[in-house]
Amino acid sequence: MNPTLAAAGMALTVLVTIGLAAYSSRLARTTGDFYVASRSVPAWWNASAISGEYLSAASFLGVAGLIMAGGADAVWFPVGYAVGYVLLLALVAAPLRRSGAYTLPDFCEARLRSSKVRLIASALVVLIGWLYVLPQLQGAGLALQILLDTPTWVGGLLVSITVLVVIVGGGMRSVTLVQGFQYWLKVVAIMVPVLFLLAAWRADASPSALTDAPPVFDDRTTVRIENPITVNVSEQLTLEAEGTVDGATVAGSLTWQPGQHTVADGTTLVFPAGATVPHLSSVPQLTGAGWGQPLQSGEEHTLYRTFALMFALFLGTMGLPHVLVRFYTNPDGRAARRTALVVIGLVGLFYLAPSVYGMLGRLYAPELLLTGRTDAVVLLLPQAAVGGLAGQWLTALVAAGAAAAFLATATGLTVTVAGVLSQDVVSKRVRDPIVSFRIAAAAAVLVPLLLGLVAESLPLARAVSLAFAVAAATFSPLLLLGIWWPKLTDAGAAAGLLLGGVMATAAIAISTLVPDLAGWPGALLSQPAAWAMPAALATMVGVSLRTAHRITPGVDRIMIRLHTPEAVAVQRTWTARGLR
Amino acid sequence: MTKPEQRPKREVITGPRRDVRRRPARPVTDEIDDQTRVGQVYLRSLIRAQLLLGLSTVALVVVPLVAMPILFGFVPRIRELQVGPMPLWWLLLGSLVYPAILGVGWWYVRQADRNEAQFTDLVEGR
Repeated sequence: MNPTLAAAGMALTVLVTIGLAAYSSRLARTTGDFYVASRSVPAWWNASAISGEYLSAASFLGVAGLIMAGGADAVWFPVGYAVGYVLLLALVAAPLRRSGAYTLPDFCEARLRSSKVRLIASALVVLIGWLYVLPQLQGAGLALQILLDTPTWVGGLLVSITVLVVIVGGGMRSVTLVQGFQYWLKVVAIMVPVLFLLAAWRADASPSALTDAPPVFDDRTTVRIENPITVNVSEQLTLEAEGTVDGATVAGSLTWQPGQHTVADGTTLVFPAGATVPHLSSVPQLTGAGWGQPLQSGEEHTLYRTFALMFALFLGTMGLPHVLVRFYTNPDGRAARRTALVVIGLVGLFYLAPSVYGMLGRLYAPELLLTGRTDAVVLLLPQAAVGGLAGQWLTALVAAGAAAAFLATATGLTVTVAGVLSQDVVSKRVRDPIVSFRIAAAAAVLVPLLLGLVAESLPLARAVSLAFAVAAATFSPLLLLGIWWPKLTDAGAAAGLLLGGVMATAAIAISTLVPDLAGWPGALLSQPAAWAMPAALATMVGVSLRTAHRITPGVDRIMIRLHTPEAVAVQRTWTARGLR
Repeated sequence: MTKPEQRPKREVITGPRRDVRRRPARPVTDEIDDQTRVGQVYLRSLIRAQLLLGLSTVALVVVPLVAMPILFGFVPRIRELQVGPMPLWWLLLGSLVYPAILGVGWWYVRQADRNEAQFTDLVEGR
């Protein structure tokens, strides 16, 4: 590994991001300029910006890692992330744009005329934002540790500082240019290495990843253990070790009997060629054939987990606050639909790549199944499979793409969270709106950064799916009912948001703090969207029907505004308060 | 009917003209603005058409996807199907699903535009 090139790749992304942000903020000085300018942004460029903001570390690094470890069942992560936009397009995009609301809290206030519902929505935006930023920072920590050998907290800190510089510098108000650029960087950074990887694989006589045996080390392989691990060994194995294994200090040859073994951090293990790869205890040991087929992982209640994951991802996308904000930059409802359609194409194009990394990772970087750090497969595979100078340049390219992934999503989320915090919390104490926004931005960055120091690291794509679960259990029923059902009342919305939010958050907290829960409680708590979303929806409907006297005054006028095409000359006097 | 003129013209006397649709007394947009029954009927029909279209679109994508783990999980014959070297599962969910949802999305956008165009024609009496 050549750390200089990889570091240069990342640094270049950071510099170009800051440069573009500064340049575009000079083009558009006021928010007014921004909105006027945005009216001339074509749908495909707007869609690039949305996709750029959406494809986070979880997509760039995490999806390939989960596919490498979990195989056929893990394809639901990329499929779900993409299909979410079909639901967003078909049920939300045009009416939301026509509502004129800029953020989700704006939409709540406009549709329900209730500042209390607005406040609940704001709290949820902050919660979802923090849940979503956390894995971005952890992903950055992982990438820097893998490529540059820094401690894990360094990456998160660097991303936080960059995000603050960009936001406080004012550049991210005009994000379209920056994030559109970041989408295309990410696509190139993940697609170009795929071509080289497939060529290298063919040159290697196309070994199959779908064999009847678990992965093996092709060559003698040295693995340095960075974090203490417990591994499952399936057959007797002789290896060399230096460090602490099973609680005893060893230096030299060692034989592992089948069963569990612990390895302390700082230990170096050397496996002979042809040895079966021991798997981290939390990674299922699958044969190639089992990896390639669904529902073979041996995990409990796999079918429920699969459907619950689909539920969370399909419905959660429409409730992601940083995505919805960007739909406001469309000139009208029809354009919002076109933008969402192009996003489906762009995001789908990107998701063709991770499966290739996942499959080849099992052949060329199987030691990641031992260390459990499959999230690193995208970063390590170019060097492992292609190698040489080409491998180094490709590593620099994926490093640049990964940096774009954490930065784009972390910045978009921080802007959204800071906007909400500033408007609903800080500005009540601080008069100057700019100072207020800066304080809010610092808080928005600091909380996930500190959380990241204490929180245990989950696989990236899995951590992000938790944010989707909260969004699915709260904003998704709110948007669906708010747009399509005039009888939704403020009381119903508030009750459903609170119930869905509390249930999803509690389930996530319990399943993270007690990771070894077995049976149905384990399955239900680790994938809460499938029950929390229907419960929230039923609560919203039930409470609304019982509080029919509270139906929003003038709701027919609101429905006119949400659903009539702009070409029709009806009065649109109703405006969202958030419209600036 | 005839106006007093110096040189009376020949005129054909017919019934009321049938070839031109009578414009409504009030444009429907006013009905909608005033939230009369008529206006509400027009608007509700648009909302219903769009909701039906949206739900059909979602069903078109979600139903086959939900069927996938059930079919592949419980029918070993399907699980083992291959297209060339590639297992069917990976061909469908690793690649073909993306152009497929793009196609469904494109169909939805066309239909939604058409619903809106029809509504616009209707209320503007064109």
